[in-house]
Amino acid sequence: MKMDSNKIYKSEAATSHLPGMLHEAAKPKMRGENVNVFYGEKQALFDVNLDIGANEVTALIGPSGCGKSTFLRCLNRMNDTIDICRVTGKITLDDDDIYDPKIDVVELRARVGMVFQKPNPFPKSIFENVAYGPRIHGLSRNKTDLEEIVVTSLRRAGLFQEVKDRMHQPGTGLSGGQQQRLCIARAIAVSPEVILMDEPCSALDPIATATVEELIDELRENYTIVIVTHSMQQAARVSQKTAFFHLGNLVEHGDTDEIFQNPREERTKNYITGRIG
Amino acid sequence: MLVLWALLFILALSATGFFLGRQRALSLVNGDQRNLHSMPKYYGSNVALKALVPAALLLVVWSIAQPLYVNYSISSSIPESAVSETSSLGLLMAEVRRVADGLDSTVAQGTISDELARDPNADLNSITEGFKSAGQILTSEITRPMLQAAQSYRSMRRDGRFYMIIAVVALSLLGLIWGIRETQPRFRARNVVENGLKVLLISAASIAILTTIGIVLSLIFNTYEFFTLYPASDFFFGTSWAPSFSGRGGSSDLGILPLLWGTLYISLVALVVAVPIGLFAAIYLSEYAGPQLRAMAKPMLEVLAGIPTIVYGLFALLTVGPLLLAVFGDEGVGIMQAGTAVMTAGLVMGIMLIPFVSSLSDDIINAVPQSMRDGSYALGATQSETIKKVVLPAALPGIVGAILLAASRAIGETMIVVLGAGAAARMSLNPFEAMTTVTAKIVSQLTGDADFSSPEALVAFALGMTLFVITLGLNIIALYIVRKYREQYE
Repeated sequence: MKMDSNKIYKSEAATSHLPGMLHEAAKPKMRGENVNVFYGEKQALFDVNLDIGANEVTALIGPSGCGKSTFLRCLNRMNDTIDICRVTGKITLDDDDIYDPKIDVVELRARVGMVFQKPNPFPKSIFENVAYGPRIHGLSRNKTDLEEIVVTSLRRAGLFQEVKDRMHQPGTGLSGGQQQRLCIARAIAVSPEVILMDEPCSALDPIATATVEELIDELRENYTIVIVTHSMQQAARVSQKTAFFHLGNLVEHGDTDEIFQNPREERTKNYITGRIG
Repeated sequence: MLVLWALLFILALSATGFFLGRQRALSLVNGDQRNLHSMPKYYGSNVALKALVPAALLLVVWSIAQPLYVNYSISSSIPESAVSETSSLGLLMAEVRRVADGLDSTVAQGTISDELARDPNADLNSITEGFKSAGQILTSEITRPMLQAAQSYRSMRRDGRFYMIIAVVALSLLGLIWGIRETQPRFRARNVVENGLKVLLISAASIAILTTIGIVLSLIFNTYEFFTLYPASDFFFGTSWAPSFSGRGGSSDLGILPLLWGTLYISLVALVVAVPIGLFAAIYLSEYAGPQLRAMAKPMLEVLAGIPTIVYGLFALLTVGPLLLAVFGDEGVGIMQAGTAVMTAGLVMGIMLIPFVSSLSDDIINAVPQSMRDGSYALGATQSETIKKVVLPAALPGIVGAILLAASRAIGETMIVVLGAGAAARMSLNPFEAMTTVTAKIVSQLTGDADFSSPEALVAFALGMTLFVITLGLNIIALYIVRKYREQYE
């Protein structure tokens, strides 16, 4: 089944190869097809079909309890840690079904990293926080290699200048915004392809938020990013694609400019103008 | 008996006071409780408290103070000559009290008339006869001064009780009247009752603390007395424990080191058993087990904590000891002489401590925020990597605290070692030899007829004090570590 879909996709890609760049950009990094999620008896998501484009920022917006975080957590199977959660449908990463029993969840999560709503650095030093992922996946050959990964990750997360003199002090001692950037550095350190962000700025002040938003924009170059946010302005600022969820349904998705300026659905329009939510 | 009646009386008075106070408060405002400062029941409670508390306090204080006062005044009235006949004033006073009690019960039985019992010049023989026919046992002959002292003891005691009852009842009545007079619509009865409750709670807490202080003080005084009879350096650094049997004279070796060695060795074995098993059980229960299994397994594990330690002792003596002997005894490896050994007691004590370690560790592991685990899983860590590298390091201070608390339990444990470890005080490295512990020796030094002026009996207090200091130290360190850990996530 998996092999088949691969073949089909490849043949399609082969036949319509002419537009080249244009088509490459349109090739989705991740794709959800008819995704349904149940918490026990309660259904949280209904037949969601959503493509996540490579090297883009996709924002998931919608009122609380609409299922956007649930969908996000399906993308790296973090829902597996919840006993009563059940997922049906198909989610692919580069055309591989991530809910295939043969898929190694641990490897999947190394490819699809995640940053949480509340900064959650481990009670270890800044260095050890970032080195954690590379260590468990054996990504470095020696100590200098590991140090380089840590420094590069911190630099990419825009934190290196601030912490370079206190790499061995506890990560929990940083400010909220710095902690969140540390968590981003930690996620980057395992070289993921996709980074999921669950309201990464909701616990931060406006200045720290601006820093993190800038960072997200820079990260787009190398990573595919999916961000859940409650802030319409944030979605408009950082994302290229936006998906609006309501009551477990994906109501509308498309280019961010399109959604915010010219929404097709009445519900989307009501939400972004603040009438529901 | 009369004290009990007095108590019942003031209780009844206070109950009456409750209804009187409530009634009066309501009638003052013609039944409209909105015009009262407080709910009517608070006025009632105020009266009840006023009638009960001062009177009950007086009852308690008087009951404690009266015997002290009577003893003091009687013993100072006894002539010197009477004392010299017997060994000491204390012994004589004990005899006087016995005669007084004897007089009370012989009069109650009717063998001696009340007049004869009160007569200071009564015939000593007829009194003795009366005692004998009433079945009262006397240790020594009744002398004239002794009889007179006993008679005044009796009358003082009776008068004291009489006055006490009058005073208590009067105070209770006064309180009742005071409370009722206070009952006015603007009186803040609610606040008064609130304060009364606060004082009640404070006194409950201080009783617990004062008792602890009392226990520690009695330990300290007796330990001090022991060190006046036996050199402290021999006690703390002596390597031999050989008490002579009290009464037979001869010098005893009372060195604590062999006992301390046994205690620490057995505790070590117990912790080696309990810590890994308890910790792994806690990790399984909190991280791997499903909610249903957890709901069933956790209480079952905690049942272990509810088993009385004497039962563990029996288990050590009858099951574990013979089992070990079969393997390591002369018919097996040949390094074990008897069923009672450090290993026997240590293993069983370890089993006893498993729920202690697992339950505390489980709480601590659960206190590690889920976001830590999520962060680790999201980086592609497996469950055991997450536990090993994130959960356990975060929980480590708390787990160390739990282990220290378990250690102080192990050090203070008595019944298992009394039955399982043997009685020989020796310092050996072989865990299959019988050794003994501080607690087991405290038991053996004080069972039977202990003469509390000999170092052989008083050494128990010094041993207890040493244990107390060790476990207190461990507990303080453990609590300090646990508290430090808690601050991390607040």
